[in-house]
Amino acid sequence: MDAIFSNLDLYWQGFRMTLWLTLASAATALVLGTILAAFRVSPVASLRWFGTVYVELVRNTPLTIVFFFFIFVAPQVGIRTPSFFVSAWVALSIYTAAFVCEAVRSGINSVGVGQAEAARAIGLTFTQTLQLIVLPQAFRTVVPPLINIFIALTKNTSVAGGFAVTELFAIGRRLANSNPADVIPVLIGIGVCYLILTIPSGILASWVERKVVFAR
Amino acid sequence: MRTKRFIFAAVAASTALALAACGDDDDDTTTEPEDVEAGDFEEGTTMAELADAGSITIGTKFDQPLFGLRGPSGDPEGFDVEIGKIIASKLGIDEDGIEWVETQSANREPYIEDGRVDIVVATYTINDERKEVVDFAGPYYEAGQMIMVRADEEEIESPDDLAGKSVCTVEGSTPAQNMRDNYPDANLELFGAYSDCLEPLRQGQVDALTTDNVILAGYVSESPDDFKLVGEQFTEEPYGIGLAKGDDEFRDFINDVLEESYDDGSWVEAWESTAGEVLETPEPPEVDRY
Repeated sequence: MDAIFSNLDLYWQGFRMTLWLTLASAATALVLGTILAAFRVSPVASLRWFGTVYVELVRNTPLTIVFFFFIFVAPQVGIRTPSFFVSAWVALSIYTAAFVCEAVRSGINSVGVGQAEAARAIGLTFTQTLQLIVLPQAFRTVVPPLINIFIALTKNTSVAGGFAVTELFAIGRRLANSNPADVIPVLIGIGVCYLILTIPSGILASWVERKVVFAR
Repeated sequence: MRTKRFIFAAVAASTALALAACGDDDDDTTTEPEDVEAGDFEEGTTMAELADAGSITIGTKFDQPLFGLRGPSGDPEGFDVEIGKIIASKLGIDEDGIEWVETQSANREPYIEDGRVDIVVATYTINDERKEVVDFAGPYYEAGQMIMVRADEEEIESPDDLAGKSVCTVEGSTPAQNMRDNYPDANLELFGAYSDCLEPLRQGQVDALTTDNVILAGYVSESPDDFKLVGEQFTEEPYGIGLAKGDDEFRDFINDVLEESYDDGSWVEAWESTAGEVLETPEPPEVDRY
């Protein structure tokens, strides 16, 4: 247990990095995923096609390979980021956006088609229809799956630990190596840190769900 | 007496075979076995047993360029391998009598304790934790942490120049800890394996890679146009030969062999034909008869 308490500052450092990476990637993925979902339901065929290819390509690729691409391959073809943190952020956002897109699209599909038809009938454009009528209703429906995706994202940030981002998992490896006798307590400590992030997200999710629920 | 004569004949025959095998392609560093027999060693010692059997099992690395790397030919090559051959030859065992076994960092102690190998020559750093379970002859080489940079780098010449630079190494490793303790101004970028640092270094995402010089020398030998080593080694990692704990006679014997090889030039020859292709030839370290 000493290995944990004498290294609380390292745990805190890793915890903060994991938290930042999660929040930054979640925000970017939410925006990107919503835009992609709009593409997938848009009347323009090429946008629909782009959205479909993106989702199928990205969500069927292992996250480690996405990381590998942004850290090792992209710089060779001239795509550079200022730091490995930024590369990890980009990789996680692009990966998670595919899942967000599918969740939001399912939400859009759950909104009765009559809503969109009525909006178009009173002269709203496609973008206005989506923004003002469909998406606000869609997001209420998809709160639980979105929180699911963000909990998965929190855990996925651990992949960044193998790619030069010193977050919880990397700290865990460092402490496990320097305290060979206390490997199990050290790793349990790391697991608890992830729970501190994910369990409140779940609670928040059910609270938000109750708040935004609407009767059909 | 009869068995003794037979052994002598066998050793002589194998020596002749080995010599014949060498023939005229003498450019490889074949170490000829000494003309010794089991009777030269005190009965009951490990040396007598091995010389009697005419074979020895040596653990080494199969994946460490310049020290122990098994190529397509099937036999490992490198400085550790040459040291193993020198020791075997002093027991009257030729190259065919050596069985090479791959030992990795994690299995060296168990292999020695179980008797699966007679000795281990495998970039094996001598330290006190290991001395509790095995004994070490040597050291026969002193490795140390060094810095590798891109071939066109001019700003970095010593670890002090790393302040403010991004330095790649492995999370949880001794070199990483050493950097944190002694050069806290360097920005560490920590990957899962040293080889992960190569591409970022080539692409300029990091400025340097630091770990033991022997690992770095292997990378430099693979891409001499891209990378170079700079400065002196700034830590000390004495490499020893691991053997069963408590076998003091065998340890003394190997220490004698090492000192002999320092004096007669075979150590330098072994170095220059292997790791010496990339690293400078160092002074042989003093053998530590603890």
